[in-house]
Amino acid sequence: MIINHPLLGPCDAQEFTYLGDASLLHRPDGLADGAAQAFFDYAYLRDNPAGLHRELWFHEQGDRSWLVVTRDTLTHEITQVELASNVARREGRSR
Amino acid sequence: MRYSGFRIFKEALTGHKGWTPAWRDPDPQPHYDYVIVGGGGHGLATAYYLAKQFRQSRIAVLEKGWIGGGNVGRNTTIIRSNYLLDGNEPFYEFSLKLWEGLEQDFNYNAMVSQRGILNLYHSDAQRDAFIRRGNAMILHGADAELLDRAQIRREYPFLDFDNARFPILGGLAHRRGGTVRHDAVAWGYARGADQRGVDIIQNCAVTGLRIENGRCTGVETARGFIGAGKGGVAVAGNSSRLMAMAGMRLPIESHVLQAFVTEGLKPILPGVITFGAGHFYCSQSDKGGLVFGGDLDGYNSYAQRGNLPIIEDVAAEAMAILPNLGRARLLRSWGGVMDMSMDGSPIIDRTPVEGLYFNGGWCYGGFKATPASGWCFAHLLTTDQPHPTATAYRIDRFARGTMIDEKGVGAQPNRH
Repeated sequence: MIINHPLLGPCDAQEFTYLGDASLLHRPDGLADGAAQAFFDYAYLRDNPAGLHRELWFHEQGDRSWLVVTRDTLTHEITQVELASNVARREGRSR
Repeated sequence: MRYSGFRIFKEALTGHKGWTPAWRDPDPQPHYDYVIVGGGGHGLATAYYLAKQFRQSRIAVLEKGWIGGGNVGRNTTIIRSNYLLDGNEPFYEFSLKLWEGLEQDFNYNAMVSQRGILNLYHSDAQRDAFIRRGNAMILHGADAELLDRAQIRREYPFLDFDNARFPILGGLAHRRGGTVRHDAVAWGYARGADQRGVDIIQNCAVTGLRIENGRCTGVETARGFIGAGKGGVAVAGNSSRLMAMAGMRLPIESHVLQAFVTEGLKPILPGVITFGAGHFYCSQSDKGGLVFGGDLDGYNSYAQRGNLPIIEDVAAEAMAILPNLGRARLLRSWGGVMDMSMDGSPIIDRTPVEGLYFNGGWCYGGFKATPASGWCFAHLLTTDQPHPTATAYRIDRFARGTMIDEKGVGAQPNRH
């Protein structure tokens, strides 16, 4: 697979490490009510869709940036690649 | 029809006109006491043991394609009982004991071959870990034997003992492990179940679960609604998709695992051999092909096919211990979709929906577990209690913090 890095252009997926579902960007608040349940959901439960999947890839052997890659799990086709920091800010995180 | 040597002899003399299909092709009835979703190894084994061991009647197995077309036809056929942890080892030892009597039990030649498994170690620390695992195996009634270099050299003289980076220092032998003809497992269970009245319904994809007042009353399928007293789901690889129909999110990711086979060769590899410094295992099929595999591709996938980097990776590991493999040509490679659970261990349990039971999360250890998985799932479906060897496989273990993590890598499914 080739991941089209937004800054570096096309890179071999071998340069990356895979983490998983992009919802992992949103770590629950450990001091909020129901934090134990929220952390259980966060750590263990996954949507695991057959089809489009937004997922985190780390450019470990490149510029060490985190990317959010939108990829079809039925075909492996990649349709969108964004910097995870941009996605996180857009979705309401401070950094 | 019972298969026997006499039967073959008789058919040979009468032009092979007496053979009948190994299982019927019935139309679905409107209601069954037990509906098993998934006509793979585990689903068929469940139906077989429900009918035979637990004497339940009116059972159906629903399969979206053809039986045995999923992971039971896509594995590397290895059976073993060499786990470390208390939650696992009794279950896998139970499974291995069932394998040992399976062919007589279901009257089908599954070519169970206990040719032994050898896990190589390449460092002192790994030797210590293997001794610990071997002791755990022996304590649970399995067999384990620590071999030194000289002993391995006698059995496997062609290994690369003096690899500069990963010299072979010894190994843990598990003599009762081995291989099985994988398709025959599905066919044998299907035939055995069919003979006991189980309806095996192929080309019958489940499209929805009918849940009324928190109770599962049946399944919507491509061939209409089928009512069910109890429903058992055994669709590893697609568990998340199916259980989403019941509103459940699972501690599971689907990943692709590749396997490979070379051209047919004369007998060279007597047993199953595994590389300790990476993830590579190899055996020789009865047709002569060297069957081998390694790690997952590492990303979520339902595609049943992988990519080239892992092929290169597995081939490099193969060359590190079996340099002679480099002269063989690769005939085929394929991929299967694995239910990778968050601790690397399976789930056999009830669900919050009454009358709906779940069997999945087999990671890439599902094939060896087939008989015990079927038995334990049938036990759970019949009695509502977990089988004594499967009490740890509860779905709530993640919330309770009682994971069964053989590799100790945590909630990272692609690392198990």
